[in-house]
Amino acid sequence: MDTPVLIEIKNLKTHFFLDEGTVQAVNGVDFTIHQHKTLCVVGESGCGKSVTARSILQIVDQPGRIVEGEILYHRPDRLSGVGLSEELPSPNGAGGSSSTEIIDLAALDPRGRQIREIRGQDISMIFQEPMTSLSPIHTVGNQITEAIKLHTDMLDDEADEHAIELLRRVGIPRPAERLETYPFELSGGMRQRVMIAMALSCNPALLIADEPTTAVDVTTQAQILELLEELQDDFGMAIMLITHDLGVVAEMADDVVVMYLGQVAERGDVESIFHDPKHPYTQALLKSIPKLGVSRTMQRLDSIRGMVPDPYNRPTGCMFGPRCDHFMPGRCDAINPPAIQLGDGREVHCLLYEDE
Amino acid sequence: MSAQLTNGSQHSTSANGSAAADNVLLEVKNLQKWFPITAGFFRRTIGHVKAVDDISFHVLQGETVGLVGESGCGKTTAGRCILRAYDLTGGQVLLQDHDGKMVDLGPLNNNEMKPYRQQVRMIFQDPFNSLNPRMPVIDIVGDPLKINKVATGKELEDRVASLLARVGLRPEYMRRYPHAFSGGERQRIGIARALALDPRLVVADEAVSALDVSVRAQILNLIKDLQEEFNLTYLFVSHDLSVIEYICDRVVVMYVGKIVEVAETEELFAQPFHPYTEALLSAVPNPDPRMRQQKSRIVLEGDVADPANPPSGCYFHPRCRYVQDRCSLETPDLREIAPGHYAACHYAEELTLTGVTASGELG
Ligand SMILES: Nc1ncnc2c1ncn2[C@@H]1O[C@H](COP(=O)(O)OP(=O)(O)OP(=O)(O)O)[C@@H](O)[C@H]1O
Ligand SMILES: Nc1ncnc2c1ncn2[C@@H]1O[C@H](COP(=O)(O)OP(=O)(O)O)[C@@H](O)[C@H]1O
Ligand code: SF4
Ligand code: SF4
Ligand SMILES: [Mg+2]
Ligand SMILES: [Mg+2]
Repeated sequence: MDTPVLIEIKNLKTHFFLDEGTVQAVNGVDFTIHQHKTLCVVGESGCGKSVTARSILQIVDQPGRIVEGEILYHRPDRLSGVGLSEELPSPNGAGGSSSTEIIDLAALDPRGRQIREIRGQDISMIFQEPMTSLSPIHTVGNQITEAIKLHTDMLDDEADEHAIELLRRVGIPRPAERLETYPFELSGGMRQRVMIAMALSCNPALLIADEPTTAVDVTTQAQILELLEELQDDFGMAIMLITHDLGVVAEMADDVVVMYLGQVAERGDVESIFHDPKHPYTQALLKSIPKLGVSRTMQRLDSIRGMVPDPYNRPTGCMFGPRCDHFMPGRCDAINPPAIQLGDGREVHCLLYEDE
Repeated sequence: MSAQLTNGSQHSTSANGSAAADNVLLEVKNLQKWFPITAGFFRRTIGHVKAVDDISFHVLQGETVGLVGESGCGKTTAGRCILRAYDLTGGQVLLQDHDGKMVDLGPLNNNEMKPYRQQVRMIFQDPFNSLNPRMPVIDIVGDPLKINKVATGKELEDRVASLLARVGLRPEYMRRYPHAFSGGERQRIGIARALALDPRLVVADEAVSALDVSVRAQILNLIKDLQEEFNLTYLFVSHDLSVIEYICDRVVVMYVGKIVEVAETEELFAQPFHPYTEALLSAVPNPDPRMRQQKSRIVLEGDVADPANPPSGCYFHPRCRYVQDRCSLETPDLREIAPGHYAACHYAEELTLTGVTASGELG
């Protein structure tokens, strides 16, 4: 069942203006995030996953900026207006269904009051390497309570208690003692948990997780993924999970966006993407991964030939053209495939599906 | 140094039955590598990180053996000991010489190691930092040939050209510098360099971990093809179980500096005998959303133990779901549970553990 729309991205273009030329990091991306659901964005290194995420929060690094498009945030009722000091954890907190306020995040001033209010309060983000967003010189307790106090009217004691509750909730043993520790004293998995606790401190409507498990071991990854699922049940937030690991996508996603070279190759529900992929890139990608249990009997993996072109030498027409087995000369190198709707929320950017 | 040095080692070596087969290319016996932990102005040693602590295994000629485990369990350290990039704290690294005799590389000095450095080569994880950015490809790949006086001038250039062609790179690019290549291409350059001296044993440490999915498959296929072509033997170090399963004939599983399980790939994945291996297999995300419900993921509690201060008894006991009283008291030996299948768990025979079936299901 589809839940109400939370974020609607339309024709988003975020470019970097460098001396060597313009990098079209995100170049006409459309997708939708629904309330309480998990959307996975998957694609190879450099395809624009992180830049898309950072565009939502208006934290794109210099010399990059959003040059076109809309990021429509359908702000749930409970978050609209002022007075956001909600008690936590509040089960189904983001359950407000009718969204009254629609804000175009792409149009906001990156340094303005409105986007700052939304960051951390409505939408928060966790990163691959927790140390980049945790301060090395402040204790874990300090950092969480600061985040809480910034966005609520809780007093010191309340904030402390809330911090302890959050740490316990993300599975940190002896949370009260942990308030006094510094991030470097924690293991990678623990740091990731602290960051998740911080990100959830204000019960956001959307949690963006950019490769949260890429730097940790499989057993720690299993812990973190399980935690995210539990927290989603409790807090009700939507999750935008960025990953290059198709296994993680299959385990976590409701909806999937497959990106290639700054564009969406295709999108749809997780079942269709894995069992009925339409785009030649998705099809090839799925064939090229070794699958546990299956690959020991396999002689060779099907690989995709060539590699992702560098951002200054983008092909004409379809971005995947030079590597595609279905390449149609004269068409695929001439036309940048538009979005083709296939029904049931599925969309593919490939000329094979034109006029269907 | 402490007393329990040889805890179970006699047993494990003989049980491993390694020296029996005569086509053993590499035999690692009771290998130890401890790093001192120092403190204070005089850098007094106050303890040791037992990065590799008494491991024994062998690699047959033409075989690919996987070394798998979580980060910090000692995989890289073991690999570096075999290459003699480190001095050993204890044990032996026996390599079969051309005349068939086993030579212990452990006590050799730099000079004595020279001929063996040609025979044992390494492919590194990071295609970005492992190549000298100021050297053109011809020097990167050709240097081992030059240093060992194998070829010079035109002959060297021809050799490099054919190596590049063999790993799927255009020989015309040999004057270019590493920055002009993508991650996958740099990894190919690293492989060409490792193969330049016709090595007998190649240690590949996380050789595909930094690569994108679509490129990873290309490199894995290349590694397999080259093995057939040059009769190579690989020690393939990786934390990625699906890659290990694809590429390896046999697998060695490590946990906190020790070997917990050794078996042929199919056996290990289908029927693990160690609870840690079971947990590892269960943690690997399955790229099929239909498997979601069927899967009861084993989520391990807590973190990997600290090799400077490991738990008592079985190092895995604080996280093991099958733990018994005995486990925190006695360190289990690596024992042969089924032919060629070794596990270091007191209860390996009694437990019924879950592996991965050939259809990718857990069962
Ligand atoms: N600060 C920046 N300056 C210049 N170019 C940038 C910057 N940040 C990103 N880019 C470029 O934008 C493109 C998309 O980058 P992005 O970080 O979104 O990739 P990604 O999909 O997240 O990749 P990865 O899987 O490696 O994290 C790349 O070509 C990248 O080089
Ligand atoms: N040069 C070193 N000095 C001190 N400790 C080290 C050194 N190299 C590795 N270690 C420690 O040894 C253990 C095993 O490391 P390593 O072999 O790199 O693990 P892996 O490759 O399995 O991730 C870790 O605890 C690591 O911190
Ligand atoms: S548009 Fe053409 S080149 Fe692009 S994916 Fe479709 S068939 Fe391949
Ligand atoms: S010896 Fe005990 S603690 Fe160790 S793996 Fe076996 S059952 Fe678990
Ligand atoms: Mg990224
Ligand atoms: Mg390593």
